[in-house]
Amino acid sequence: MTLVFIIAVLLLGGLLAWWLERLGRGVPQRVALAAIVIALGTVFTLFGDSSEWRAHWRVPWIPHFGIELHVGVDGLSLPLVLLALLLGAVAVLVAWRVRERPGFFQFNLLWSLAGMVGVFAALDLFLFFVCWEVMLVPMYFLIALWGHEQRQRAGFKFFLFTQASGLLLLTAVVALAFSAPGGPRFDYLALLDGARAPAARWIAAGFLAAFLVKLPALPLHTWLPDAHTQAPTAASVLLAGVLLKTGAYGLLRFVLPLFPETAQAVAPALMALGAAGVLYGAVLAFAQDDVKRLVAYTSVSHMGFVLLAVFAWNRVAWQGAVMQMLAHGLATGALFVIAGALQERVHSRALSAMGGLTARVPRLAAFGMFFAIAAFGLPGLGTFIGEFLSLLGAFQANAIIAAVAALGMVLSAVYALSLIQRAFHGPPGEHRLRDLGRRESGVLALMAVGLLWLGLAPQPVFDLTAHPLQALAGG
Amino acid sequence: MTATPVVLTLAAALIVIGMAGVLARRNLMFMLVSVELVFNGAGLAFIAAGAHWAQPDGQVMFLLILSVSGAETATALALMLRLERHYGTLDVDAMRQLRD
Amino acid sequence: MDEPAVLLWLVPALPLAGALVLALMGRRWPETWIARLACATVAASAVLAAIMGADYLAAPGARVQVLWSWFTAGELSPAVALRLDGLSLVMVAVITGIGFLVHLYSSAYMAGEEGYGRYFAWLNLFVAAMLVLVLADDLLLLFVGWELVGLCSYLLIGFWYRDPANGAAARKALIMTMAGDVPLVIGLLLLFSSLGSTAMPTLLGQAAESWPPGTALPITAALLLAFGAIGKSAQLPLHTWLPSAMAGPTPVSALLHAATMVTAGVYLIARLHPLFALAPPVLAFLAWLGAITLLLAGLHALVQNDIKRVLAWSTVSQLGFMFMALGVGAVTAAMFHLFVHAFFKALLFLAAGVAILALGHEQDLRRMGGLQQRAPWAFWGFLAGGASLAAVPFISAGFFSKELILAALWQRGGGALWAVAWVGAVLTAAYITRAFIIGFLGAPVTPATGATGWRMHLPVALLVLPTLGAGWLAPPFGALLAPASGATLPATETAFLPALLAALAPLLGIAFAWYALHRRPASAPPRLASVQDTGFDRFYGAWVRGPYRRLAQRLADDPFDRPFMAAAHLAHFLWQVLSATQDGRLRRYALVLVAGTAVLLAMVMT
Repeated sequence: MTLVFIIAVLLLGGLLAWWLERLGRGVPQRVALAAIVIALGTVFTLFGDSSEWRAHWRVPWIPHFGIELHVGVDGLSLPLVLLALLLGAVAVLVAWRVRERPGFFQFNLLWSLAGMVGVFAALDLFLFFVCWEVMLVPMYFLIALWGHEQRQRAGFKFFLFTQASGLLLLTAVVALAFSAPGGPRFDYLALLDGARAPAARWIAAGFLAAFLVKLPALPLHTWLPDAHTQAPTAASVLLAGVLLKTGAYGLLRFVLPLFPETAQAVAPALMALGAAGVLYGAVLAFAQDDVKRLVAYTSVSHMGFVLLAVFAWNRVAWQGAVMQMLAHGLATGALFVIAGALQERVHSRALSAMGGLTARVPRLAAFGMFFAIAAFGLPGLGTFIGEFLSLLGAFQANAIIAAVAALGMVLSAVYALSLIQRAFHGPPGEHRLRDLGRRESGVLALMAVGLLWLGLAPQPVFDLTAHPLQALAGG
Repeated sequence: MTATPVVLTLAAALIVIGMAGVLARRNLMFMLVSVELVFNGAGLAFIAAGAHWAQPDGQVMFLLILSVSGAETATALALMLRLERHYGTLDVDAMRQLRD
Repeated sequence: MDEPAVLLWLVPALPLAGALVLALMGRRWPETWIARLACATVAASAVLAAIMGADYLAAPGARVQVLWSWFTAGELSPAVALRLDGLSLVMVAVITGIGFLVHLYSSAYMAGEEGYGRYFAWLNLFVAAMLVLVLADDLLLLFVGWELVGLCSYLLIGFWYRDPANGAAARKALIMTMAGDVPLVIGLLLLFSSLGSTAMPTLLGQAAESWPPGTALPITAALLLAFGAIGKSAQLPLHTWLPSAMAGPTPVSALLHAATMVTAGVYLIARLHPLFALAPPVLAFLAWLGAITLLLAGLHALVQNDIKRVLAWSTVSQLGFMFMALGVGAVTAAMFHLFVHAFFKALLFLAAGVAILALGHEQDLRRMGGLQQRAPWAFWGFLAGGASLAAVPFISAGFFSKELILAALWQRGGGALWAVAWVGAVLTAAYITRAFIIGFLGAPVTPATGATGWRMHLPVALLVLPTLGAGWLAPPFGALLAPASGATLPATETAFLPALLAALAPLLGIAFAWYALHRRPASAPPRLASVQDTGFDRFYGAWVRGPYRRLAQRLADDPFDRPFMAAAHLAHFLWQVLSATQDGRLRRYALVLVAGTAVLLAMVMT
């Protein structure tokens, strides 16, 4: 029941925030924050449980098709749920001063967040798909209504990419469910044990399509820069911090265990794609003048490491992938907060309009430098552990591809230092700018502490994920 | 019997002449008259078929066609009056608002 | 065998704590508090290091402290573990000793600068990171320190961030060293995957057992690691960042880019010497690379007009010397030269800094001069340091360390390497003499108006002692290092002729410089002026930076987007075409209807 409670709190909180907008401008975000805090508190209770599936709950939904409301989290999905809720809180705090229809904004934010939690918690394939869609639609509204100058186009592009791949996913899910002997079964656990369908390769392709678009893997990534750039800051934080991880999660949870032969067959190609993504994202990040677009391309680069690691087929790589997901969520989320803060103050996203900000807004510049340095994987921070273990695992699978991906280290330094130089160094301009307030500083400080903790003491995460990843390897 | 192919040919001719009239004429009134011709052709085809199979169904269909076409003609004439009032002409090429 | 060391962790932890406090509070504290805290932490580390050093000398034997297990992934379980043995003790002494003197010096040199707190936060962080690097018993932990010192170098070179040129120099430094770090990381991946551990004793033991010397695996691993060292220690071809790094404050140049950070590459190879011993081709490569760097950098130093640049190229050159020693397996000789070089190079930089400040931030040699009376501390300090760099026989420590290397080269490397090193020694003496003559002797050019206080003079004075006297420490040094490196000091009773020639080399260089300067005005000898720019910077600009920038610009619009945008354009195009059919002409609609029906009927009926 716990997970249903969490999701319900988010859904109801969203509705309440929307409805209570009439009471005042400051009400919706407080309601939203309260809902997330309650959800977070509930999630923490799950950490004490050490059974394989925590908060395991199933109830028949559409028995005729074998569809149930089946939820549960294990060591793999629990940290991701925690990440989602933490970044959700960050998003609400960042969007504290939204003027246009704040109630509807918080409603969309919370419902999208509920969808994300559902994606991580669903153990029934149909429920998974429903949550996948629930994640998507409010996010589209967030981009299209509260975004920047090209929001319509970006939102639409985001929607089309996700829907098209989602359609393939739905087809694959249905095909998989109906291929089970003895009537349609959408239950994930049952499908794990079941026989493979004859057209397994095509079904796997459907799953792969959706997750690779979401990840995003190289040729299918072009929705990301537009969506991340045009979205309002809070939505960018959730997009980069959580949404991308649902793609990686889908690969680990569904593609690898359900279709091992197909996955192993495409593994070298996808590892190469991951390495290519690392390099390509880094090169393009360097070329951008728009600071949010730059950060968006760094996401492409970092998720390339995840793709590389997932298809390396060993536990070290998978541990690295999970750590990279968590660390990247914090680091890139923080970078978007900083980009949003920059845009608010300078009234432009162009790096050519910035410069010398260390002198004018020292706290913002200090945080900006910290997270830019995290982006290129300085040891001591979680991003280093994620990248290094991903490379280590990938090296054991395919040394050449891993060596190529390692080049990404220096290329990411190139863009990170370029960002620091163009935004924060150089001669300062004339005008006075407002430095970070307590709310913004507090959020960023917490994320920095999180990154340091992940970097210096990552073992708790590894312990948590050890068992599910072991099961992956065995299956 | 042997007259059937001839009657059917006449019916086909009536239908084609009527369709040609619909497509080729610009005045709505003449298009309406041509549509009537098509109906008559169709009716004739039904009669011929009924006579061929010695069933009363052909006659029944013809009666149906007569009544429906009568109702339809009345409606069409009323619409034509409105159109003439609105466009000031019965030239169908002037009425182009059924578009994107 | 390895005794536990309870307080070892404090040595890097104190400066780290100092850095954290200063990073958070530095903007609000007055300068005196900042300086006192920063100097105190390093001083405390130095004192602790001295105590532990005395203890170690009394009872030699490595001390190990395992702080905590960092994480466990697969079969690897890196631990945050520190080891104090002869090798790391030497490095710790250099880092904390010179580190403290530089902190004291900086408190006066950087007085009144904006970002005083920031400076000392980074400087403390650097000391902490460098200590982690040399004390690490785990290779992954060493790498953490390695990257952190690179970061601190970036932050400190670009300290005066308002000038974009400083930022560019800082970026160049970090990116070039990280370019060397990519092969280093791949080497680490290779080592960890093949040998199954990250702890250095285990790694080295395992390598010695399972890898036959001269086979592909150790050669590949050693070569990859070597590139990291090449980048960090500014050897060819990754050397151009070091002269540019002189954009940073002079104390930073003294500490990072002379005494400590750039020596990390030498330290790495020394520490992992058993692995490198399994890869003789790599050692030979390093020796010759060092030789070429020695000569090329020495020639560059001969034609510089900026005093700091002379010293920077000198550092590159001396590091080449150390690499030559490593390349022939004379680890102890290399480390001894590292030790001595740290002192005299830091002294040279600090003395230069005194001169620069005294002349009102004047760094051009041609506009300095006549400093014997006007800036005596700078004068005598530079003279002492220069004598040691030139390896003036017997009175300077540099003489002993250079002798050791030359002797080792003669014994193990054969005549060619020795000859190159000999020419390098002559060059070294020549360029430093030239710098001294032009910059410190002769008639005064710029008025000496700047004030320099005891906080700058004392470090200079304190450094003169080891600069001149440390040479006599050679034998105990060898004994100290023997367990760690397994290499012994080469016997000083080498053949008489090479030793004599080696002793004459500096005198030759000094004489040459004296003679050349008295025959021409104080400018670069024209026939060597073409060496000013060997084109490495131009090469990198044209073949690396330029193409990369152009590639990035070309791809900036994301060509992968084109198929999807093409789909969107196709949809738009189809819309336009199909809209044209809906033109409202009823007769055409009817025609299409009829024609279509006719076609359908025809298809159905045939």
